[in-house]
This record gives sequence, C-alpha cells and structure tokens, in this order.
Amino acid sequence: MATTPETAVPAAAPPGPTRRRKKRDDTRLALVFIAAASVGLIAFYLVPLVRGVWLSFQEWDLLSEASFVGLANYERMVADPVFWNAVRVTLLYVVINIGVQTVIGLGIAVLMQRLATSTFWRSIVLAPYLVSNVVAAILFLWILDFQLGIGTQVLEWIGVGRIPFLTSEEWAIPTIALINVWRHMGYTALLLFAGLQTIPPVLYEAARIDGASEWRMFRSITMPVLRPMLGMVLIVSIIGSFQVFDTVSVTTNGGPVDASRVLQLYIYENAFAQFDFGYASALSVAMLVILLVVTAVQYRVTRAGQTDLN
Amino acid sequence: MSMPATLTPSAPAPTATPPGPARQRRRPTPGRVVAWLALLVIVAVTLFPFLWMFRTAFSSNGALYTDPTSPLPVGFSWGGFERVFGLQSTEEAIAQGGSGAQLDFWLYLRNSVIVATAVTVCQVTCSAMAAYAFSRLRWKGRDLVFSIFLLSLMVPVIFTLLPNFLLIKDLGLVDSLLGIMLPNLFMTPFAIFFLRQFFLTVPTEIEEAALLDGASKARVFFTVILPMNTGPIATISILTYINSWNDYLWPLMVSYSDSSRVLNVALGTFTAQSPQTGPDWAGLMAATIVAATPMLLLFVVFARRIVNSIGFTGIK
Repeated sequence: MATTPETAVPAAAPPGPTRRRKKRDDTRLALVFIAAASVGLIAFYLVPLVRGVWLSFQEWDLLSEASFVGLANYERMVADPVFWNAVRVTLLYVVINIGVQTVIGLGIAVLMQRLATSTFWRSIVLAPYLVSNVVAAILFLWILDFQLGIGTQVLEWIGVGRIPFLTSEEWAIPTIALINVWRHMGYTALLLFAGLQTIPPVLYEAARIDGASEWRMFRSITMPVLRPMLGMVLIVSIIGSFQVFDTVSVTTNGGPVDASRVLQLYIYENAFAQFDFGYASALSVAMLVILLVVTAVQYRVTRAGQTDLN
Repeated sequence: MSMPATLTPSAPAPTATPPGPARQRRRPTPGRVVAWLALLVIVAVTLFPFLWMFRTAFSSNGALYTDPTSPLPVGFSWGGFERVFGLQSTEEAIAQGGSGAQLDFWLYLRNSVIVATAVTVCQVTCSAMAAYAFSRLRWKGRDLVFSIFLLSLMVPVIFTLLPNFLLIKDLGLVDSLLGIMLPNLFMTPFAIFFLRQFFLTVPTEIEEAALLDGASKARVFFTVILPMNTGPIATISILTYINSWNDYLWPLMVSYSDSSRVLNVALGTFTAQSPQTGPDWAGLMAATIVAATPMLLLFVVFARRIVNSIGFTGIK
C-alpha cells in the first residue's frame, strides 16, 4: 500500500528497474509492517520493564497517591523471613523439578531414538503438555488425595503406607515439583530428541562394529553432541521453572504454613491480597536478578554455545 | 536407521522374511527388553491420569467413597457433567455431593474461545508482518530494531505482569476480555523470530519474479510469502492457541467477574469451592475434561505438526 506504483515503470530502460530495485529503500512499507508489533513491544515489554523497576522504589496501594520511598522496599525485603523462605522453597522446587525432569526427559529421548522414532510415541509422551497446569494440578490433587486417591491406595498396597503428599510441610514442594515433571517431561524429551536426530547413525554403527556397549555409546557419542542442546533446554526450562505459580495456587495455595509459598505466589499475594504494589515490584526485581544470575552462571557452566566435538 | 547393522547368529531365521520384522525379532536381548519395558512404564505413567480423569468423571460421588480403586467408573452417572453445565437444580447438586454453586461453563468456554482465537489471529498476523519487514524488506536500522525485539525475548513474563496490569487498569480494561487479550494481541518476540527464520528461506528469485510482474512488496507478502509459509504459520498458530488457552495467572489477575472469566481460571475457582462434605470429585473431573477436551482434540488433529514443531521451538 505504501509502495510507489511500480507498474508505472515502463520496460523501456532494462538496466534501470533492476538497479533501482536493488537500491530501493522499503522504509515506509517496513514502518507500516512493524507498527503493530512495535506498539506491543513498547507498551507491553519495554515500558513495563522501566515501570516495574520504578515501582519498586514506591509505596502504592492503587487507591491513594504513590509515594517515593527510596530503598525502603528493598530494606524490608532483606529483613523479611517470608521472602527468604520463598527463595529457599522456590530453589528447592527448581532443583527437584529440573533435576528429575531432565533425567527422565533425557531417558525418554534416548529410548525413543534407539527404539521408537515414530510420531505415535512422541505424541503420547507429549499429551500431558497439552493440558493446562491447572488441569494437571487438579488431576493429581485427586490421585494423591489422602483418603481416596488411587496413588495413596497403591502406596498402601505395596506397603509404603499413605503419604500426606500435599498436606504436609515436607512433601508439598517435592509433590508439586513432580506433578510438573509429569506435565513437562514429554516436552523436554522432544526437545532433546530433536537434538539427538542431528547425530548421524553412522557414528553408532561404527562404534557398534568396534564393539562399544550402549552405555559407552551414550557417554562417548550421544552426550558430547547433545550437551549444547541440553544446556539450552536447561536454561529455558529453569527460567520457566522459577516462575511456578499455577500448580501451587490450585493445590496448596502456599501451605501448609509457608511450606510451598513460592516467590511468584508471594509476589501475587503482595500485589493482589495486600495491595502493596511497591513491595511486590521489589520482589519481582529480586526474581529478575536471580534469573539473570542463574542464566549467566549456567551459560558459563554448560558452555551452551559450543559442542565438544571438534 | 539407528539400529545397529551387525549380524547376530540368528541362523534359523528363514531367508524369506522381510528385513523389517526380522530385524525386530533378531535382537530380543535383555537390554532391549528392559528398554521396551521402561518405555511402556513411561507411557503408562503418562496416560494413567487421563484414564483416571474419565473414570472418575462418570462415577457418582457416593460410590467413589465406597470404591476408590476400581479401574472402571463406579455408580455410573452423568451427574458430574450435569453439575458442570448447570443442568441440575441446586438441591439435586448438593444431594449428589456438589457445592451447589452456580457455574456457567458455557460462558467460560465462550470466553476462552474468544480470547484464544483473537489472540492467535491478531498475534500471528502482526508477528508475520513484522517478520516480513525483518527478513525481506530493506530499511535503515532494521538489524538494530530486530535485536531490540530479540532482547525482549529475555524478559521473564513475571516481570511485566504487574506493570501490565497497571496499564490495563489505566486503560479501564480490568475485568474485560479485551484486557485479558491486549498484552498478547500484537506480538510475541518468539513468534516474530520463529516466522522470520522461515521467511528468510524463501528463494529471492520467486520474490524477484513477482516484483518483475509488477507486484508491490506489500502484495508479495500476501501472494508469495504467506502462501509459501502456511506450514510454519499453522505451527505457530497452534502453539499460540494452546498457550493462550492454558494461561492462568494473567487472566486470574485481570478478571473479577463471570463476564470475563476464562475456563482455566473458572476451573481454579471451581476447585476452591469445595462443599462441606468434601470435594465434588466427579464434578471436578468432569470440569477438567471439559477444560482439556478442546486442546486434546486439537492435538489429535494436529499431533504430527505439533510434535514435529517442538524441536525447532526449543532452539530459540
């Protein structure tokens, strides 16, 4: 729409149009095409980023005027035992969730690569990812119900005894972490499976001829090639894992006491139950800093950018 | 394939057998048996909760208390679904173990469909246009602007939630469907990045040919680039739809009343409203089926596409 009418250029000067086109500048059309996306970027990414930091230096309950309080929110945060507990609980969640999920995901990916490469198996494994966190949470709320849940019944049959999965302080976080493992392990497996597909089968055949065992091949071929992919998958899934909210909100709502009050839930409560937007924003900044540090460290440690080959 | 091509001493195997099944049968080594068992355990763990969801939804609450372990529905009943869709009177619902709270799942279903559809259509359209500008148009500052978009990929959702809520509030859109949609209506950095990758692979010759025929660049976008990339566009649309449908925290923040409540949020509320006698498990499972079915149907239809798209999206 914003382009110059090209049809008007006659075919009389053959070298003209091509050279003109090469040089032509599409700025006007480009501005039209990126207009909507830019509005989205500025209004919902860039401005919020600045406003979020700005809010953390304010005291504001949405009703009265906001007032600048300097570092007061941060001072309060450092002295807030619930905040530190939330950090601890969130870290515990991330470690269990990511640890188990990555190991199982890797296992599934390797199994699929060596045994069952068809779309059928991949579809089955991915199915839990299609339902929402809320649905997954409710399903396990029922399966792990202390009185009637089939999960607790089975544990009793095999002699382990009933476990108060979501109602005891020690079990709440591991249980929530494992519920989310159920939902995400297939997804992780498919990501890693895609990485495995880049390994030429010739490598395995050659190793096999040399008499290598499956375990040896896993260590010497699969892992070195997969490591950068694994690094990226870890970074992406850890960032997601830190922001856990839905499952906690539906199953325990932070309880018992503060045993599962993860950072994200604490932020939400401060904003929408206490109407303390300044403090909630300071907590968000803390979360952002934690995520940045974790990502940077991880990028270093896993050397996500490079393979071990060559 | 990845199967090792070694010869094992399976001498009595008839030479006539086709290679496929023979290869399968040739190596029933203990290792492979264990591996298959492991895979079956994983499939069982994956699918069992779904089985249990259906089994419970078609049971009646009373029977669930007396027989909590039967693999089939106990005291078969449509009651759970009737309560979900408000087809039972309050007394009837309470008598069957429901909370008696009025829930209008048709309304929530409608809201979810509106939000997910609008977000998908608008977001993919705007992202595709931007992706075109970043891949096929020549303009000053293109790479700089694109890198700003890429950087916004790093901003965690959590950090923008509170400021975005305040913006929606300033715009007077709290408790409206538009308020829920707005932040996701324009673009996501990921959608732009994803589509740009594909647009870059369209050979320039095709574009040049269209331009020589007198088409404008804007026309090329609609008549060449879009039709040639229906696959990636379908993929990103499906992923966007699923994410939008399953979103919880943001719609929870924005909506206060039934008029703007989406299914996923309603489900959370439904869970919180346990009757005195204990949770209405049959009703809850029926509600989760209602909430999950559209996504599972989408999955059944597009499984191949969704499954094959995962590898790419993870590379980011």
